Amino acid sequence: MKRDPKDLIRYTAPERANHWVVGMAFILLALSGLAFFHPAFYPLSQFFGGGVWARILHPFIGVVMALSFVAMFFRFWKLNLITPADKEWLGRIGEMVNGDDHNMPAAGKYNGGQKLLFWLLVCCIALLAVSGLVIWRAYFSALFPIGMIRFASLMHAMVAAGMICLIIVHVYAAIWTRGTIRAMLYGTVSRAWAKQHHSAWFRQITGGGK
Amino acid sequence: MALQSLDIKARSATTTPSPSVRETLEVAKLIDISKCIGCKACQVACMEWNDLRDEIGTNVGVYDNPADLTAKSWTVMRFSEVEVEAGKLEWLIRKDGCMHCADPGCLKACPAPGAIIQYSNGIVDFHEEYCIGCGYCITGCPFNVPRISKTDNKAYKCTLCSDRVGVGLEPACVKTCPTGAITFGAKEDMIHRAEGRVADLKGRGYANAGLYDPQGVGGTHVMYVLQHADKPGLYSGLPKDPSISSMVCLWKGITKPLTSFAIGLVALGSLFHYITKGPNEVSNDIEKEFEE
Repeated sequence: MKRDPKDLIRYTAPERANHWVVGMAFILLALSGLAFFHPAFYPLSQFFGGGVWARILHPFIGVVMALSFVAMFFRFWKLNLITPADKEWLGRIGEMVNGDDHNMPAAGKYNGGQKLLFWLLVCCIALLAVSGLVIWRAYFSALFPIGMIRFASLMHAMVAAGMICLIIVHVYAAIWTRGTIRAMLYGTVSRAWAKQHHSAWFRQITGGGK
Repeated sequence: MALQSLDIKARSATTTPSPSVRETLEVAKLIDISKCIGCKACQVACMEWNDLRDEIGTNVGVYDNPADLTAKSWTVMRFSEVEVEAGKLEWLIRKDGCMHCADPGCLKACPAPGAIIQYSNGIVDFHEEYCIGCGYCITGCPFNVPRISKTDNKAYKCTLCSDRVGVGLEPACVKTCPTGAITFGAKEDMIHRAEGRVADLKGRGYANAGLYDPQGVGGTHVMYVLQHADKPGLYSGLPKDPSISSMVCLWKGITKPLTSFAIGLVALGSLFHYITKGPNEVSNDIEKEFEE
């Protein structure tokens, strides 16, 4: 896709960098975490230098993801407040998934689905950070009663699996909606893309023009 | 310790059968608390045979020494003074350590393949060379036994002297016990022996004497003869009906296949969505609008 001086800026460089720090940390966490989750995934620990290294690194990478996600939260939370139009969007999500966006309400910078994903990820990261701390045996587990460690272990695994599913949907949606990934790679989208997928945002930043 | 490699009943984080063509005799250690005098010879024999020297601790005014199980103290005597009948002091001394459960919570929780082995003779053994130090065994254990070493971050516990048992010897603690409070042999024989002891204790006024072989963990390969089997909690908090926590069962049971399946389903669903519905592209009308 050719870049055009009239392209619209969707993400600034610091926003993109922030996103990719979270993204890279997530990928490393998912690979190392899955290794402990099911024997079938244990070989993934080899990416980290074996099981012991995966065990050592995983929680530290978790801290990186949690902190960088907090930064991202403060960048984007206002843009993700859910409006009545978003609720309508979510009510029609079946049409969207079916590939028919004609009746979808005009989306702002984010559509209802993106906003829902944002808040679900906020919940996931909060739960993972808290439960992860409780099961961080080297430094923190001794501070908690065994019942809480058991509950945190279960919750950490279930929430992590849920988050992996959410991120697959997040990545797929970016691939599916052509012309989207460049927004997170070099920051711009075409005007046509903005008008098609986020028409309210398009009107807002162009003043309704072309 | 990797002896008895053809006699494996279960192996941690392993979904295929372990080498198990041979069947061996199920063994058990029977600890008769009514015969224990608290001399700690078993503790000494344990550190002697396993060549472990724990830190010298501090006397805090009780007989327990060391105060708790550690990565270097795999068995400790726990002393409790109780009055089950008012005015009749009893000194209950329990030799604590791994119970070698038939359904081991440590093995269920362990994520490292082969780090925990259950031999067909019933011994549950840690293979520290495969241990990754996550501490899930502690999370899974209903008896609070495994300890992670501060020096190497590996988990340690009683091996039931699997290296001695593997060559036909009895565990070191059994060998040394001066009163015969600890005996070792076929589990069947140990149960039979316990029955005799329980009958004897009942005849001497301990109406609730009994064998501690908790079925919630499928029975154990370290069993106790208790004077008060109705109240195991008297013996420094021995759990009454121990079983693997339902949290651990959920975590290591249905959650693993179910969520792995869900992740696969979402990934495949995405691929097939693309193939069936095609990409979500900008419509031709809008595209043309911006072409000049």
